[in-house]
Amino acid sequence: MSTSAVVDKAVLRTEVRLFRREPGALFWILMFPALLLAILGSIPGFRHHEADLGGLRTIDVYVPVAVLLGPIVGGIQSMPQTLTGYRERGILRRMSTTPVRPATLLFAQMLVYGGAALASSLLALAVGRLAFGVRLPEQPLGYALALALTVLVVLALGAVISAVSRTTKIAGAIGSAVFFPAMFCAGVWAPVQTMPDLLARIVGWTPLGAAAEALNGAAAGHWPGWDHLGVLVAWTVLLTAGAARWFRWE
Amino acid sequence: MYMSVIEVSDLRKSYGGRTVVDGVSFAVEEGEIFGILGPNGAGKTTTVECVEGLRVPDGGRVRVTGLDPVADHDAVSRVLGAQLQQSELQPKLTVREALEMYAAFYPRPADWRPLAERLGLTDRLDARFGKLSGGQKQRLFIALALIGNPRVVVLDELTTGLDPRARRDTWQLIEDVRASGVTVLLVTHFMEEAQRLCDRIAVIDKGRIAALDTPAGLIHRSAGATVISFTPSAPLPEDALNALPALASVDHKEGRVTLAGTDETVNAVITLLARSHVTAHQLRVTDATLDDAFLDLTERTEAEGRPA
Repeated sequence: MSTSAVVDKAVLRTEVRLFRREPGALFWILMFPALLLAILGSIPGFRHHEADLGGLRTIDVYVPVAVLLGPIVGGIQSMPQTLTGYRERGILRRMSTTPVRPATLLFAQMLVYGGAALASSLLALAVGRLAFGVRLPEQPLGYALALALTVLVVLALGAVISAVSRTTKIAGAIGSAVFFPAMFCAGVWAPVQTMPDLLARIVGWTPLGAAAEALNGAAAGHWPGWDHLGVLVAWTVLLTAGAARWFRWE
Repeated sequence: MYMSVIEVSDLRKSYGGRTVVDGVSFAVEEGEIFGILGPNGAGKTTTVECVEGLRVPDGGRVRVTGLDPVADHDAVSRVLGAQLQQSELQPKLTVREALEMYAAFYPRPADWRPLAERLGLTDRLDARFGKLSGGQKQRLFIALALIGNPRVVVLDELTTGLDPRARRDTWQLIEDVRASGVTVLLVTHFMEEAQRLCDRIAVIDKGRIAALDTPAGLIHRSAGATVISFTPSAPLPEDALNALPALASVDHKEGRVTLAGTDETVNAVITLLARSHVTAHQLRVTDATLDDAFLDLTERTEAEGRPA
């Protein structure tokens, strides 16, 4: 029994259960990135070493993209809709009359989507390694740090989207509007390494661009650049402050 | 030590310059069923939301068991169970899971199984919230209001959406709840419900208390507490009718005369009939209902032209 803690076991257990009842979210967050990787990897041309990619194979540069996909879908598309729905339906309000604060419900949501996003990333790494021999990150600690910051930044982004969206429909629309630029910056259409220099530099200032750069650096064995980590932290702080300021309980 | 379980004094609340609650005061005593009655938009829900701690009053004072629902939110939420007028649960949450989760929120929860049985939810325990009928959802919310073993329950539009049978069962449940020592604050627009359940009723109109009394007292104090109707064998002189004492209204319809007034009016009508040698066919004398009293009270504030 806790009255002021932000984590409530009963609420978290419930939200985990409810997440498991959402086949759409389960598929798009957890399975889709790994599945996409498996499809791309089965194209023979994508398994050849390319001079353009510095001797890497296409599949090698797509693993980091797949790693970012789960966090993007979970944080930007799914979570804001759930959170906004909870407010719209008066679920947060009903909870405000109990000793457990409605903030615990938001926090449980973040834990669930953050956990799912991490699981999705790890699954993508595992599929890349096991099915296509893509090397695991050579700087595991730096990679873990970059991945953790990535998940935090997408959760903060999702929190801002639900804060400014009055209805689930609006949350869906804003989510989609943010989703495609985020995918672009993460390198879904053209991995960051293949972008022209100026574009790559601009993309590096965006949350997902910085995430891609930090993860790529760590994957290649370097400690992720402090500039990219700094960009991630700055976005997380900024977006969290915005979400806290704009969020309405009803 | 506090005097009353719920104390509201000079409560004020407005939204964007529009005054919704304009100086409401009342006190609810331990073990009482206290009703709040009023037309739509009268400020009933806003008043109870201030009691529940969901809204911060602009002025006045609210205390629940001596505690401030805003400043002492945690303490109040442990002694107060609420059923809100509009709220939902996660659509894929089952009845059992909802009961278990809400029970886990409270330090000394009630056992949810007998509660579910009492509310006829036992065969719906594994059904998801989104699949429940309106009445089942309502019953689940009543269960959730009671699950923390509260000392006070606030029920807003308790039986809306229930069929007549379920409504009567729910009334019985509320009487049992009160019998166990729980104080009940009930917002309703069903007169029958208020008349049957409430010890006292506050009639709220345009953000103010128009009247506060027992149901019988409200009926008695309304101008037309007694209704006399009959079909006269010959027309009665209109000015004689209008001169009757304590008369509230006269109405003629298809040869039938309906008068509203008091017991005094009844006696005077009988005297008038005898004096005029007119026979009254199908003479009926009935008490006005809470409905009549309510309309009379809320119309009266309208006539006085109080500021909205």
